[in-house]
Amino acid sequence: MAFLDRAARSLFLTELVGGLALTLRYMFKPKVTLNYPYEKGPISSRFRGEHVLRRYANGEERCIACKLCEAVCPALAITIEAEPRDDGSRRTTRYDIDMTKCIYCGLCQEACPVDAVVMGPNFEFSTENREELFYNKQKLLANGDRWEAEIAQNLAAEAPYR
Amino acid sequence: MAEFFSGFLLPLIIIVLKILAITVPLLVAVAFMTYAERKIMGAMQLRQGPAIVGPFGLLQPFADGLKLFAKEQILPEGANRVVFYIAPMITFFLALVAWAVIPFDYGVVLSNINVGVLYLFAISSLGVYGIVMAGWASNSRYAFLGALRSAAQMVSYEVSMGLIIISVLLCVGSLNLTEIVRAQETIWFAIPLFPMFIMFFISALAETNRSPFDLPEGESELVAGFMVEYSSAPFALFFLGEYANMILMSAMTTILFLGGWLSPLPFAPFTWIPGVVWFALKIALCLFTFVWVRATMPRYRYDQLMRLGWKVFLPFSLFWVVLTAGVLVTFGWLPK
Repeated sequence: MAFLDRAARSLFLTELVGGLALTLRYMFKPKVTLNYPYEKGPISSRFRGEHVLRRYANGEERCIACKLCEAVCPALAITIEAEPRDDGSRRTTRYDIDMTKCIYCGLCQEACPVDAVVMGPNFEFSTENREELFYNKQKLLANGDRWEAEIAQNLAAEAPYR
Repeated sequence: MAEFFSGFLLPLIIIVLKILAITVPLLVAVAFMTYAERKIMGAMQLRQGPAIVGPFGLLQPFADGLKLFAKEQILPEGANRVVFYIAPMITFFLALVAWAVIPFDYGVVLSNINVGVLYLFAISSLGVYGIVMAGWASNSRYAFLGALRSAAQMVSYEVSMGLIIISVLLCVGSLNLTEIVRAQETIWFAIPLFPMFIMFFISALAETNRSPFDLPEGESELVAGFMVEYSSAPFALFFLGEYANMILMSAMTTILFLGGWLSPLPFAPFTWIPGVVWFALKIALCLFTFVWVRATMPRYRYDQLMRLGWKVFLPFSLFWVVLTAGVLVTFGWLPK
């Protein structure tokens, strides 16, 4: 009987018809496409995107040149040079991040004692040549000014867990 | 001079206009067939398909065509120049020329010849030449293998296809395509000859090298099969030819089994709609099934393809020819 059963199944193309019915059902299901440049998916408040250097509310930069981020960076993407400023406080003279080296592990923002270097929510910073991805202090501070609102919100949301 | 005009030039102009009236809508149909295929397959895979160029992506086929023609034409080293360029022309030409005998409505046919089915069958068999020439002239292993596969596959499936057509012809008693459609006024052949209908459709898939029988292209092992060395306009001709062949095979299925231009129910609201519309709708249904099958089935292995052609379809269709003939003779239903 097993033989008859198998023969009947293949003769009446039951498997093929079943498969066709499945694809036909799927045709009327809602599509899952996200029209990317026009629509974007949700991003976690822990998202690790483009780096920024933040400032205090009075405009003073947060970074105190402790070089913890430079030390912890596993990809050696961060380069810092520092010397005391005229008012005696210790500040960076150079703060470079090579975004082509960065592996977006987030260890720099974990290491930072003053929440100066933070990875923001921006992931759309592709460039047409790699030189543009060698970020300097000026670029990072500008990023910080641009994304401060979102970053402050994310940090506040994550504060209970840190 | 007047005699020359009325006796020769005028009929010539009329014929050219008729040809244009067939080929231009056909090419537009081919263009939108590629669009419809991508849309339908997209929907079945929960995607959108083309949606950017024009409203609902409707201008996508024209954008693709422009892109193709703007590309560089490459002649592979060691290729036979003449054959290399003739091959896509043959494919495209054969895909178009078969439409001469397709009746779109009662009397609406370019040439109503009495051996219409034979003509169609001959033209669709010749299609293999374009592919074999392309594969050979490319001087490329992949192309050659694709062409060999295609030749073997198309020949195998033509045998059973011929037998299937014979069982239809037994019920009609004529090779004229218009007569074949008119013989279906009582009942479409898809119903009494249902297994033949399914087998004809599957053979049509194999004949047009469509999935699940797209081994000649077989991109997973042969890159793109016989057209791997083609680019730009010759590639576009192959592409157009392939889709025109799909439409042709759908038209053949419609004429042989789905009652051509006849309306599905022979009374008022259905018979008001002109036959051409019914014909186009039936072709569209067949084409949808082509795409539907492509979105569903994985590709056959080559030995499975050959086994299906020779060990399943051939004996089965032969058996059905005998059965049809037997039933027709026993009940005295043979057409006069």
